Amino acid sequence: MSPPDDDLLQAARAWQWRLPRDFQDRMTEAFYAESAKIASRTLTRPADSSRLRWQHRLDQLLTSPWTGFPIMALAFAAVLWLTIAGANIPSGWISDLLIGVLYPWFRTHAIDLMDPWMAGLLVDGMYLASAWVVSVMLPPMLIFFPVFTLLEDLGYLPRVAFNLDRVFQRVGAHGKQALTMAMGYGCNAAGVIAARVIDSPRERLIAIVTNNFALCNGRWPAQILMATIFLGVLAPAHLAGLVATGAVFGVALLGFALALFSSWLLSRTLLRGEASTFSLELPPYRPPNLWRTLYTSLIDRTAFVLWRAVVFALPAGAVIWLVARVHVGGESLAFWGVQGLNPLGLFMGLNGVVLLAYLIAIPANEIVVPSVLMLTVLLQGGTGEAGVLVQASDETVRTLLTHAGWTPVTAACLMLFSLCHNPCSTTLVTIFRETGSLKWTLVSALMPTAFGVGICALVAWMAGAL
Amino acid sequence: MAHPCPPSACDACSLPRATQGRSDRDTATSPWVVALAGNPNTGKSTVFNRLTGLRQHTGNWPGKTIARAEGSFVLRGQRYTLVDLPGTYSLRSASPDETVAREFLLFGRPNVTLMVADGTCLERNLNLVLQILQITDRAVLCINLMDEARANGIEIDARRLAGELGVPVVLCAARSGEGMDALLTQVEAVAQRAEAPQPRQVKLEIPVLGDAVKDLTARLLARFPGLANPGWIALRLLEGDQTVAARVADGTLGGRITDHAAEIRP
Repeated sequence: MSPPDDDLLQAARAWQWRLPRDFQDRMTEAFYAESAKIASRTLTRPADSSRLRWQHRLDQLLTSPWTGFPIMALAFAAVLWLTIAGANIPSGWISDLLIGVLYPWFRTHAIDLMDPWMAGLLVDGMYLASAWVVSVMLPPMLIFFPVFTLLEDLGYLPRVAFNLDRVFQRVGAHGKQALTMAMGYGCNAAGVIAARVIDSPRERLIAIVTNNFALCNGRWPAQILMATIFLGVLAPAHLAGLVATGAVFGVALLGFALALFSSWLLSRTLLRGEASTFSLELPPYRPPNLWRTLYTSLIDRTAFVLWRAVVFALPAGAVIWLVARVHVGGESLAFWGVQGLNPLGLFMGLNGVVLLAYLIAIPANEIVVPSVLMLTVLLQGGTGEAGVLVQASDETVRTLLTHAGWTPVTAACLMLFSLCHNPCSTTLVTIFRETGSLKWTLVSALMPTAFGVGICALVAWMAGAL
Repeated sequence: MAHPCPPSACDACSLPRATQGRSDRDTATSPWVVALAGNPNTGKSTVFNRLTGLRQHTGNWPGKTIARAEGSFVLRGQRYTLVDLPGTYSLRSASPDETVAREFLLFGRPNVTLMVADGTCLERNLNLVLQILQITDRAVLCINLMDEARANGIEIDARRLAGELGVPVVLCAARSGEGMDALLTQVEAVAQRAEAPQPRQVKLEIPVLGDAVKDLTARLLARFPGLANPGWIALRLLEGDQTVAARVADGTLGGRITDHAAEIRP
């Protein structure tokens, strides 16, 4: 707000009183009339075109309340299924190479070359964590990113926003939150920045605080892995893919519901207000350039995200190895950490290992699952024996975790907690920059974590009661 | 879903920003600055990629570019910095992403403003074009997506339009590269021509408005000597624009461009 004593602004206000009341409308009209005049002199368009009619029909199909939502759900599920079904095979190849072949080779040579302690830190800690990150994350990203980018280039995204507008309005949020959430499915930090397209500060804050409920690409691989090795196998083999897809889809849908619920909660409590209206253009459908899309999503998204994951995995691998090797009072730091976190972990259907992994993985969600696996191995074997790990295929991972006492409930709770916990440090920094407020940064971190603890505890209690 | 990093990588680089006026420009070292402006989803980023050879992210939805991105190209020995701005429907409204575009056009003083319009809905796009022509005389209009417009049976008389607007008009299809050479020729001509074109000015025949703008312009120039586009800012104050009013009050008007772009690459 401008101070009342500013003479320039006072002069402007004085003039405002003397201007015709509708002068802004008259300005707008003047511009539109001029545009229309120029267009009529320079432009010829046919009365009707078959292309436009065809686009119009497609729009009716994609944005009608009856067909729009089922098509959206189907498209989303199809992308997930394609990712899950397609990622299995290359995932096996990559882990065979990185963990089955290269890991023992590095290990043997490192022990020859250097101090065993140093070799352990480098190979058992840093290399192994990064290798796991690559084999867990790369295959799903190779499929997920290009497919999603193709949908984006076609022009489907604004239709999704159009469909969801009604829903977001009803919970007191801005319809463009659908767009910021869609960005969030790629990366929450990007989604938070994308909230700049929302001009009302209240609704922009809602979009920023709730963006974390859009599963980011750092969390998809954990969802897919857990669903595949623990939930998919509960069904007959030929249905395993569908069951795993259904589980991941359910978690993503729950995330969407939680985003709506928390938006509703915020717009009734801390951020009270009415939803504002806006106009959204439905751009024409454009044929995507297939090769360029593949290239861009491969180089700019996949390589970038993977690089970031590896950069975070290297120090995390070192930290994990160190906490497992540094002993205090006869036991390792990891042991004490896990012991301390176990009661809370068990209360939430998880265990101390998972919670410790989440603490180590605060910088990046990507490394949660690799951290869980490494901690499990190091705590079981103590020395990080290669034997357990020679083939880190889905089956081995399952055996490893089952030996550590995991059940399908643990996997389900891990999936739920992966959806509902604090955003990664990058996203938190971005939230702080975009809002300039420590309070909202804290709300963004604590609200999803509280939801996560509650939901996981509920699931664990229900599973126990059955 | 979209790409994991916001298009702000260029903010970290040391390319000079177009913060200085035309007169301060040292032709030997600093590049010509060309701003890309237009409605959302008209293909600005595609034009940007074509001209710079970069791979700025594009997407078929309004609001894809949220912060400005910079790239450069060399034409006949002269270096040009191209600034890709977020799309905006009007210079009169201001969501945070639109503010980035508005501030740059108003205070960044680009040497050339390259306006990108959608050939399939030219009339709607002309609204912003006319607004931009109120604040700059060095502009080129690129009518993009002409491949799509022609497929819909739309014909645009570019010569006539150039006559109406008073600035060069080039028909393009940036996706296939059509019209890019002609566009570069026009950008070069407008950048280097001694005298600026005389673009069309929308006449605002509203009682009292003329006097009000004149009075406020004088006051603005007294407080902010050398301010770009004082007349336009006077209009904003009369319309009760809180963002502009706040910057008048705290004395930051026309200063360094506030850049909302976060430098991080998540």
